[in-house]
Amino acid sequence: MDYFLTEEQQMIVDTAREIAREKIIPVRAELDERNEFPTSILKDMAKADLFGVFVPEEFGGLGGGCFEIVLVLEELARGCVGVATSFAANALGIFPVMIAGSQEQKEHYLPDIASGRRWAAFGLTEASAGSDASGVRTTAVLDGDEWVLNGTKQWITNGGEAQIYSIVAMTDPSKGPRGASIFIVEDGDPGFSYGKKEDKMGIRASATRELIMKDCRIPKDRLVGRKGTGFITVMKTLDISRPGIASLGVGLGQAALDEAVVYAKQRVQFGKPIISFQAVQHMLADMAIQLEAARALVYATARHIDGNAKEVSKVSSMCKVFASDMAMKVTTDAVQVLGGYGYMREYPVEKMMRDAKILQIYEGTNQIQRNVIGQELNKEYAA
Amino acid sequence: MDIIVCIKQVPDTKDVRLDPETNTLAREGVESIMNPFDRHALEEAVRIKEELGGTVIALSMGPPQAEAVLREAISCGADEGVLVSDRAFAGADTWATSYTLARAVVTLGNFDLILCGKQAIDGDTAQVGPGMASQLKLPYVTCVQKLRTMDETGLVVERMMDDGYDVVRLPLPALLTVVKDINEPRVPSLKGKMRAKKAEIRILHAADIGAEEQCIGLAGSPTKVVSVFTPKPRGNRTVFSGTPAEQVEQLFAQLRDIL
Amino acid sequence: MLIVDKEKCIGCGVCEANCAFGAITVEDGCAVVNDRCTLCGACVENCEPQALRIEGAEKSNKVNLDEWSGIWVFAEFRHGVIAPVAFELLGAGRKLADARGVSLAAVVFGDGVEAAAAELIAYGADQVYVVDDPELAQYREDVYGRIMESLIRDQRPEVVLAGATAIGRSFIPQVANALNAGLTADCTHLAIRPEDGMLLQTRPAFGGNIMATIECPHSRPQMATVRPKVMAPMPPDPSRQGEVIRVEVPEGLLRSRVEVLESVLSKQDKVNIQEMEILVAGGRGLENEKGFELLRELADELGGAVAASRAAVDSGWIPYPHQVGQTGKTVCPKLYIACGISGAIQHAVGMQSAETIVAINRDPNAPIFDLATYSLVGDLFEIVPLLTNKIKENRGR
Repeated sequence: MDYFLTEEQQMIVDTAREIAREKIIPVRAELDERNEFPTSILKDMAKADLFGVFVPEEFGGLGGGCFEIVLVLEELARGCVGVATSFAANALGIFPVMIAGSQEQKEHYLPDIASGRRWAAFGLTEASAGSDASGVRTTAVLDGDEWVLNGTKQWITNGGEAQIYSIVAMTDPSKGPRGASIFIVEDGDPGFSYGKKEDKMGIRASATRELIMKDCRIPKDRLVGRKGTGFITVMKTLDISRPGIASLGVGLGQAALDEAVVYAKQRVQFGKPIISFQAVQHMLADMAIQLEAARALVYATARHIDGNAKEVSKVSSMCKVFASDMAMKVTTDAVQVLGGYGYMREYPVEKMMRDAKILQIYEGTNQIQRNVIGQELNKEYAA
Repeated sequence: MDIIVCIKQVPDTKDVRLDPETNTLAREGVESIMNPFDRHALEEAVRIKEELGGTVIALSMGPPQAEAVLREAISCGADEGVLVSDRAFAGADTWATSYTLARAVVTLGNFDLILCGKQAIDGDTAQVGPGMASQLKLPYVTCVQKLRTMDETGLVVERMMDDGYDVVRLPLPALLTVVKDINEPRVPSLKGKMRAKKAEIRILHAADIGAEEQCIGLAGSPTKVVSVFTPKPRGNRTVFSGTPAEQVEQLFAQLRDIL
Repeated sequence: MLIVDKEKCIGCGVCEANCAFGAITVEDGCAVVNDRCTLCGACVENCEPQALRIEGAEKSNKVNLDEWSGIWVFAEFRHGVIAPVAFELLGAGRKLADARGVSLAAVVFGDGVEAAAAELIAYGADQVYVVDDPELAQYREDVYGRIMESLIRDQRPEVVLAGATAIGRSFIPQVANALNAGLTADCTHLAIRPEDGMLLQTRPAFGGNIMATIECPHSRPQMATVRPKVMAPMPPDPSRQGEVIRVEVPEGLLRSRVEVLESVLSKQDKVNIQEMEILVAGGRGLENEKGFELLRELADELGGAVAASRAAVDSGWIPYPHQVGQTGKTVCPKLYIACGISGAIQHAVGMQSAETIVAINRDPNAPIFDLATYSLVGDLFEIVPLLTNKIKENRGR
């Protein structure tokens, strides 16, 4: 379907697609097998200016919005969701600065993000704070000119690989959610270290680690936004990042569909290519229908957000749920179309199926998303 | 360091198929691309520029539509694109091409280094690089697999040989042809693509480079194509049929004597 | 210029179909030529009504062809040995010299090369020009080029052949350029046209998808490079007599702007595919690196080695030393099993002289089947393991 991209948007798609084709696809199986972070691919992306896509022009970026990020992530995910996740987590990590940061903070961090010289990560989740973000135990106490942070973040994407971390910590635990603030912690700050790298089911090219803050001292000006506004910033961040996760589902679904159709045309059983059998055709048709519907919803949502619409939480959650559920279904069906070969590591679809699962879990489980949608509906119909 | 990179637009020959019915080339869907070896030459030039400063000019000889590869070169980091194009160049063999490109280089003026791909995938001759060096009286090294060091006075390179490699020092200005091992080319950048879109591609015609009429195009080409043909199939052919296992049986029966 | 005779053109479109460059279209029943035309002549050849012709100024600096006589072979000498391609070229050169009724000479450069002269005579040379100097121990483009150029200017051979090796491909073009001579790279066939004694040089063109025969009508020498293993050497005859001509070159010719600091011999690839009797080769149809595992198992079972098409090497599935074809190596094993290789001429020229060729391909129209002694149409992922097992079983017995 033609989504009438501008010339610049088409360039972004082409560039991301070329990165996927030239740099990601040739090595994705190896990265997956070795649990290896794609440092050199991220450098290639930086050279191609992809990190600048969502950074405002005044800070050296290309000034794109949510839609441009979605376009990049979709293409990267067609190559490998693990690699694409590393890119997405970088954006997620710097969104708090873009949303609530001071001019000085923006000037200090954004040019490095745009050029890909430094990468970011987002530190919210803790052992006791998953879906329930109010369970954050990490604290930040002002001591003279420095904040002192204590606590441990769990399952942080890009942990140990990024240089810039947006950390959610309680500055006033008694106030609950309204006592949370966001801080920038940098790699190398005193008292800041990483836990072991997690061994995951899928997206194994992405790095997931604990962030450990033990009397971690950072300058006073690392507070992002006003004290106590942390959760508001987190919610705004997640509202604009969820379409990105949804687009990973779209890219992954497309990749799985591509593999399934190509295979079905080549594979001969009973003297005919299996695509000539209606049972297979119907599976492929359903995959294509769901994929295109998800893409349409994701694109529409991203454009809605870029149009500065007021209410974004509901649609943002809707596209995340729909596209990630679609990706799970489509990758599972792709494995089915490929049959025994699909189950083997030799073919890329088993990895796609493993990668798909995380999309239903991270950045808010699909159950939490449905809660958000339900609550918004309840509010809308209140009057 | 001012560098000229020679780039050729070539048909993506791996897409070319022979039509079994007519025994002619099936051209449909064959894309024009930047010669893959030249991509590595360009990447090396851009890396040198990033390290030592200077300019990179992408130079191509071809029909007007070859402009596309020059824009691509700009998106990959070249500063400027120059296209040498004239109906009078048609039919040029490697001699006339070397001459024409050498004239264009002279027209462009100062440079420290010329980089070329080892060969173009449509002709596979590997002659134009050394031919240009001969025309321009430049020291040159072909099949460079690594640039070891470089400064204003000269460079040290590894030249791929059949039995290993030679480490060679040569002064500047010089000409190198490169093999794919030299680097991993980058993907064109977004800002580069935007710059490329707006860039003015300079066109040089035969008169602009002061080319002598008898040295260009068909007239300037010592070689002449007498005939073009597709080879005939070999005799004595057996095509097996049946299931894979049956075909393997039949093959094995035939190969038994050889094995 | 390619001229269309509008009176004769019937608008049949054969030229359009034959043009590899998309330079001709048929509009309103008549062929129209655009800027893409390279004057390759493919259309002229195939135009039945003879409506097409190529016209243009001919090279004006013509030489007097009668002043040039004799066939030369450049004999590459490196690290104390003559490159085998030199003997192959002498085999081909001998036939050309006999057809022309002229002598065949070898030219050899290096440090301590004199002993090699006798060997070159045994392989068919009537004369051997020897340039022996310590300065020639290392290969340098400019020195080799200038010496060759000056020898050719002095002696005026009509044909100069050289191996398309790293060295030959590197300095021969410089020589041809300096002499205003035509040079055809990587010839697969050389012949003398009986009518006028012209050297006809045949090579794959257009990425190895068609063959082209090339001549040098007005320039001398006629120069060609030939890839190793393409031509056959004659059996050496140590009793053959020949003349060894020592050439002293002026010091100026030995001075170079290029300095070889070091010559590194790399560990040769474990197997040289040119020396194997059995090769199992894979192409694009293998789909990925792992596809070669299957071929390796079969090759091991057969006591052969694995080779590849350019598509497979370009995809990074197997390193370049395994590549067969126009831009890889030429091989002539007893048995060549091509798996998932379409068989473009680019590949075919590298393996078509194999004694027995087996082709396994899913596409029944793949050109490889035109070359194959035995053709199996089907999925190589099924067929290759079956064949491997079959051979294994048989060995057990």
